[in-house]
Amino acid sequence: MLDVHVRKRQGGFTVDAAFRSREAGVTALFGRSGAGKTSIINMVAGLVRPDQGHIIAGGRRLFDSKDSIDLAPEKRRIGYVFQDGRLFPHLSVRSNLTYGMRLAPRAERYVEFDQLVDLLGIAHLLDRRPGKLSGGEKQRVAIGRALLTSPSALLMDEPLASLDFAKRAEVLPFIARLAGEFSVPIVYVSHSLEEILNLADRIVVLDSGRAVASGPIEELMSRRDLQSVTGYTDCGAILTTVVDSHHDAQGLSHLRFHGGLLKVPRLAVALGGRVRVRIEARSVAIALVAPEQTSVQNILPATVEEILRENGSLVDVRLDIGCPLLARITPLALQTLDLKPGMRVFAIIKSVAVSHGVLF
Amino acid sequence: MNPFGLTPLEMEALKLSLRVSVWAVAASLPFGILAAWVLARLKFPGKSVLDGLIHLPLVLPPVVVGYLLLVLLGNRGLLGAWLHETFGITFIFTWKGAALASAVMAFPLLVRAVRLSMENVDRGLEAAARTLGAGPLRVFFTVTLPLAVPGVTAGAILAFARSLGEFGATITFVSNIPGQTQTLPLALYTLTQVPGGERAAMRLSLIAVALGMAALVVSEILARLYAARMKG
Repeated sequence: MLDVHVRKRQGGFTVDAAFRSREAGVTALFGRSGAGKTSIINMVAGLVRPDQGHIIAGGRRLFDSKDSIDLAPEKRRIGYVFQDGRLFPHLSVRSNLTYGMRLAPRAERYVEFDQLVDLLGIAHLLDRRPGKLSGGEKQRVAIGRALLTSPSALLMDEPLASLDFAKRAEVLPFIARLAGEFSVPIVYVSHSLEEILNLADRIVVLDSGRAVASGPIEELMSRRDLQSVTGYTDCGAILTTVVDSHHDAQGLSHLRFHGGLLKVPRLAVALGGRVRVRIEARSVAIALVAPEQTSVQNILPATVEEILRENGSLVDVRLDIGCPLLARITPLALQTLDLKPGMRVFAIIKSVAVSHGVLF
Repeated sequence: MNPFGLTPLEMEALKLSLRVSVWAVAASLPFGILAAWVLARLKFPGKSVLDGLIHLPLVLPPVVVGYLLLVLLGNRGLLGAWLHETFGITFIFTWKGAALASAVMAFPLLVRAVRLSMENVDRGLEAAARTLGAGPLRVFFTVTLPLAVPGVTAGAILAFARSLGEFGATITFVSNIPGQTQTLPLALYTLTQVPGGERAAMRLSLIAVALGMAALVVSEILARLYAARMKG
């Protein structure tokens, strides 16, 4: 559990942000560059001192301006994966990995060396020097090094930003697996919504040093007022689902989510695997009666919650299907259907329009 | 005589020079590294004064440095009398004094090289080590110092070479006593002052050239070894 509320003036810029993370899982700090993301986690790690506020991790007060508590970084037990890796060039990969591990009290270690090295797929690199590693390998080692200190929270500052697209795809699944494997809160800083949608459970949206919203990613991403900040204006819904069944003859997989079942093209994910799917607002249609004899696979009962106008030419309708879903329709469709808040309708989603979620 | 065909006088001067230089470097190295770290990493009022003081021997005539040492550390000197009475340490007219004079003269060169190297050590790596649980002292010994090794070797070798050539401060502080304080340059100087000493002077000069070259070669080898090690 991480409870952060920090305030700091840096020249003309003020960081004033508060957020909490859960016991485990990934909390994303999202914002454009210059939004104060890195400043905030530097304060959590103890590398920058806030003017005011408190930082509590795993029940320990790391910083509290009221009681003049300010633990040195080495006393905080906060893991930190830097954007540029920062492996020690004079030490082998193995020595890099064990550097912090050896300093952690034995009784508090919950990460095992062999297990983590296997998980990160870096066993064959142990005797090499960082200079001989690729960018993706470096970041995996950096993640291992931070986690081997058995920290009470793990901070990741855009760990994929310095990698090209292919390398990102190489590292991302490892980070996703960490979150499932270890019960440590992960704070993931990024300006890439793509990464966050694939990884995070909760999101804290930062704008000019302030946390403007925080909560489960499914709720926040379909909030229209945040779309100008996130720049993600076409989000219909983010659903976190579990693979319920596969139907090979139909070429479909059924994903269970909060409000029912979603049918998507056959996924290569084991039953019970968690999959995050994304539905774009313009791929969602609305019908007053459940259509029959249609190619569309997903016809979900829904309630109209709110009608949001968007610059005249298009209308977003917020539906409730057990979780929020936006449908983007024309003003004509709105008129014809005479949609009003509270109406019971059907949300229609083509299977193939559901973006392939990345698993974690 | 001996394997290299050196005369006893040459041998004595050579051995003394090596002993003085090795001790000068060995004893000043920890202080040099500390001073370099202070200058590279700390900010405090009066830093430029400290910087200036450390660099003073570089710009002062060596004779002035020798004279100041004499005033300070002579047996009647402010510090010298106390050291002599409390610890029985005498610098004046001994090889220890010669080593001290060499160390003082070489100190700015040592500090400069180490400091440059430390300033180039990525502070991000030090911050990373802190987040991994290392306190400032451990960070220094496991990250900063190992990464500043090229500067430390370069500085030590530069200081060693400078000590081998030390003349002005040494002759002023500890005089020119054969077997005690007569290092290679002092022996060479003495030989040039007596008739018929040219041949011997030339031999000593060649020894000095050989020593200097050896120091440079060792420095180069160490630098390459380090580079190879970092590459993995």
